[in-house]
Amino acid sequence: MRLAFAIFAFVALAAVPKLASPYYVTLVLPAIAYAIALLGFNLLFGYTGLLSFGHALFVAIGAYGAAVLSSKLGLKSFEMILLISGLAAVAAAIPVGLLSVRYVRIFFGILTLAFGMLFHSFLFKFYNLTGGDTGIRVLRPTLLGMDFKELDKTAFLIGPFYYYCLALLVVLGLAMWRIVHSPFGLHLAAARENPRKAEYLGVRVRLFRLIAFLISAFYCAVGGVILGINTGQADPELAYWTHSGELVFMTVLGGFANFFGPLIGAFSFIFLKSELMGVTQYWRFFLGVTLVLIVVLFPRGLAGIGEDAWSRAARKARRS
Amino acid sequence: MTAFFDILIGGVFHAAVLFLVAAGLQLVFGVQKIVNLACGSFYALGAYFGVSAVKWALGAGVPIPLFLPVLLASGVLVGLIGPAIEALLRTVYHRDEAFQLLLTFALVLMFQDVLRFFWGANPHELGNVSMEYGKVAIGAVQVPTYNVLVIAASIVIALGLGAFLQRTRFGRILRATAENREMSQALGVNVNWMYTVVFTLGTILGTVSGALVVPTAAASLDMPVELVVEAFAVVVIGGLGSMRGALAGALIVGLLRALAIRYYAELEMLAIYLVVIAVLIARPAGLLGKPIE
Repeated sequence: MRLAFAIFAFVALAAVPKLASPYYVTLVLPAIAYAIALLGFNLLFGYTGLLSFGHALFVAIGAYGAAVLSSKLGLKSFEMILLISGLAAVAAAIPVGLLSVRYVRIFFGILTLAFGMLFHSFLFKFYNLTGGDTGIRVLRPTLLGMDFKELDKTAFLIGPFYYYCLALLVVLGLAMWRIVHSPFGLHLAAARENPRKAEYLGVRVRLFRLIAFLISAFYCAVGGVILGINTGQADPELAYWTHSGELVFMTVLGGFANFFGPLIGAFSFIFLKSELMGVTQYWRFFLGVTLVLIVVLFPRGLAGIGEDAWSRAARKARRS
Repeated sequence: MTAFFDILIGGVFHAAVLFLVAAGLQLVFGVQKIVNLACGSFYALGAYFGVSAVKWALGAGVPIPLFLPVLLASGVLVGLIGPAIEALLRTVYHRDEAFQLLLTFALVLMFQDVLRFFWGANPHELGNVSMEYGKVAIGAVQVPTYNVLVIAASIVIALGLGAFLQRTRFGRILRATAENREMSQALGVNVNWMYTVVFTLGTILGTVSGALVVPTAAASLDMPVELVVEAFAVVVIGGLGSMRGALAGALIVGLLRALAIRYYAELEMLAIYLVVIAVLIARPAGLLGKPIE
């Protein structure tokens, strides 16, 4: 059933550029970026039980990495940009993670929030280095050495770049699937359920939390690179704490207890937001209402609603 | 010398405002164990409502010097939305902290548009009514009397809050509930009622501080999300749940900001986050907080 869902989702996403208007394709692209970021975020939140309110920091590192590499250092290879930005995020995540994983629960959240805002005010205030509030432009990269000069910006984004990112999502999704189902993933879950008992049984709780933190930073940076290339700009808002809040929002909207939850969350959030923005200027209010409904009535998110409907249908089918 | 007094007065004024918001946060966290991201939204609501209330009052013929009591009253009045919000939060008391935090984040999003709906996207300000009170000389500098009055008001509120928590019967029961919810419930404390009162009090502290600050700074839509980070810094430095900690934290953040703005503006907020991180590393519970398990 999961496999069927994954294959269906992949086919649907692969068909999007052929079927939907370019406007919707440019919406799916950030959704893919967020889906990748949330795969990592949920390793930390859903599987490790650590709620970060500062992971926008790593998304911003990804976007700024792409910006600096492409427009200041003239590096055009998308693969190199991904690798270098991802490693930069991991490098930044080492000190942040070392300090943060000593805590759990609310203290972990506040500490990560403080680190995120530290980076935000750095981006915002050090105008000469970071371009201040306008940020830095992100130039179009080459994919596997091809520069697609004949395509204009939109055609590039909804064409080759789209499929490249979709492939990235699949590859990183499979990697994450392996991670959460490996002994490492089970250790994380054990440490989440009962850290003291896990420690007795030989789980090195803090080390494992740190590794989960680093992996999540890498995924978020990859998402950030794609976001930056998609908008052509890296700006400090990416690191602001409300953006971190949106990451949590998407994860809970989709359902953090399910592997596919964050992916569902990323896509539903992007579309909900864009539809609401089209209907009313008070879209934040309705996003807030949605979040209230999810938190109060459906804490397992959309994936949870889907699971319930599925098992109800299955029960009915068995009875008849 | 002038610089010293400038920084001192500016810093203490900012600290006075921050303390009120942080005290509200501490009260709610201490008793209900909820970290309220929406405290900044209450602050902004108080600011907007205060502007409207003063404009309305002046239009109705209230003499200008009475604008301060009008502000205070409007802050308290709009803070009475507290019980409605608390009723919503009540649905998640028994849930994981992540949900509680997210619910208050939802409130931040909703309030953003509620403010925009009623007051529009442009900042609102009171012009220079605060100059009505003139200036006083403190040391070598001339300070607007209004700023001194706000500092005084904050001190009075702090003392009143302290007396309320330490000396009154209700305050004692409140602290007992913060200490051990089940036990006080077993002893007959109406915890639900207690929560409503505490949350409303926290809301009022937020809205009043917003109302007090608005004669010196325009009410804008950036207010809620910006203030909440500063208020967080205050409570983390001082120690989550500690009132004295809020006071110490507010003074540190206020003075640090005033210092940074004067000498190296780029460092403004950066300096505050660095102190927050340093405190969390060296003393995770904050300067005056209880150790965390």
